[in-house]
Amino acid sequence: MEVRGAILLIILGTALVTFIPRVLPLMVLSRFELPEWATRWLSFIPISVMAALVGQEIFMADGKLALSTGNVEILAAIPTFLVAIKTRSLLATVLSGIISLMVLRYLL
Amino acid sequence: MTCSMWLQEIRLNNDKRGDMMSLSNAQSESVIHPSDEDSFIQGVKDCIPTLLGYLSIGFAAGVVEKTAGLSIAEIALISFVLYAGSAQFIAAGMIAVNSSATAIIITIFFVNVRHILLSAALSPYFRHLSPLKNMLIGSLLTDETFGVAINKAAQKRNISEKWMHGLNITAWLNWVIANLAGAYFGNWISNPEKFGLDYALPAMFIGLLVLSVLSRKKIKLDIFVAIIAVIIAVGISSMFSSSLGVITATIIASTIGMVLEKWK
Repeated sequence: MEVRGAILLIILGTALVTFIPRVLPLMVLSRFELPEWATRWLSFIPISVMAALVGQEIFMADGKLALSTGNVEILAAIPTFLVAIKTRSLLATVLSGIISLMVLRYLL
Repeated sequence: MTCSMWLQEIRLNNDKRGDMMSLSNAQSESVIHPSDEDSFIQGVKDCIPTLLGYLSIGFAAGVVEKTAGLSIAEIALISFVLYAGSAQFIAAGMIAVNSSATAIIITIFFVNVRHILLSAALSPYFRHLSPLKNMLIGSLLTDETFGVAINKAAQKRNISEKWMHGLNITAWLNWVIANLAGAYFGNWISNPEKFGLDYALPAMFIGLLVLSVLSRKKIKLDIFVAIIAVIIAVGISSMFSSSLGVITATIIASTIGMVLEKWK
């Protein structure tokens, strides 16, 4: 039950290089009135980031493209999307995703 | 956009800013009776749907860290101060193969540099706070807390500091507990995939994506931007790395959205 010096250095170093991109834009950009095109650009970031993350999660496995019909994660996305649109509830979406995948893995 | 429209836009923005200032004044006056919507506890509650997704990923991270030879104290420390999902997997993997500290730190920087975009996108909603307070909010920023916060912001003009701390701290503690649970009990649970729990994370991102799109009145454009982002993310990730995939997809798809919206 101890923290080794070399590991401590790695943890603090990685934490620092993660901390800077997390805080810097919030600290600096919130001081300025951004130009209109910049706010417009920023307004598309949530959708782009979430779509990119969804794409990686469901269309890829172990860093490779996985588009076969055997990829149950793509199939499970269909009911998950429908529940999200219908309920607009994050919790219902997460639960329906888990249940869909469990059922699909059981059936296929 | 013509010049007069542009001026009108500026005037509108100024008006909004005026509203925001009077709003934040009103908030500071009512500190004794904060509205429930903006409270710390509401932030905690709004975090609940995301807990399951990060619980399973954090558990897996704990298992990987343990097998990489980290002690319980080191696992607690890394999940408290680094606090980043994919980065902890990669760091653990690199520690296990005895990579140099420099190589690990540089790699983690590139894995986590996408937070610049998240932090920038949140910045307009925290204008009412000092740089120090913005630093505290940003230090616990993750994909999930960003997703929840930006959806909260869609219904309002700015985000309450207390609410954001409630959200951030709940997600943070959940992450540390999940990591420690993975480190302790990892070898007992052989197959979490059987229960579909590994789908909690993608399902959460699907929910956050749908909520983001539905909260705006630009459905066609947003769906187009999302499809572009998916194609670029999957393409770049399969050729290079997943962190480069997310960054490239976000920058290009957001730029396309910005340009198309302007020219419509």
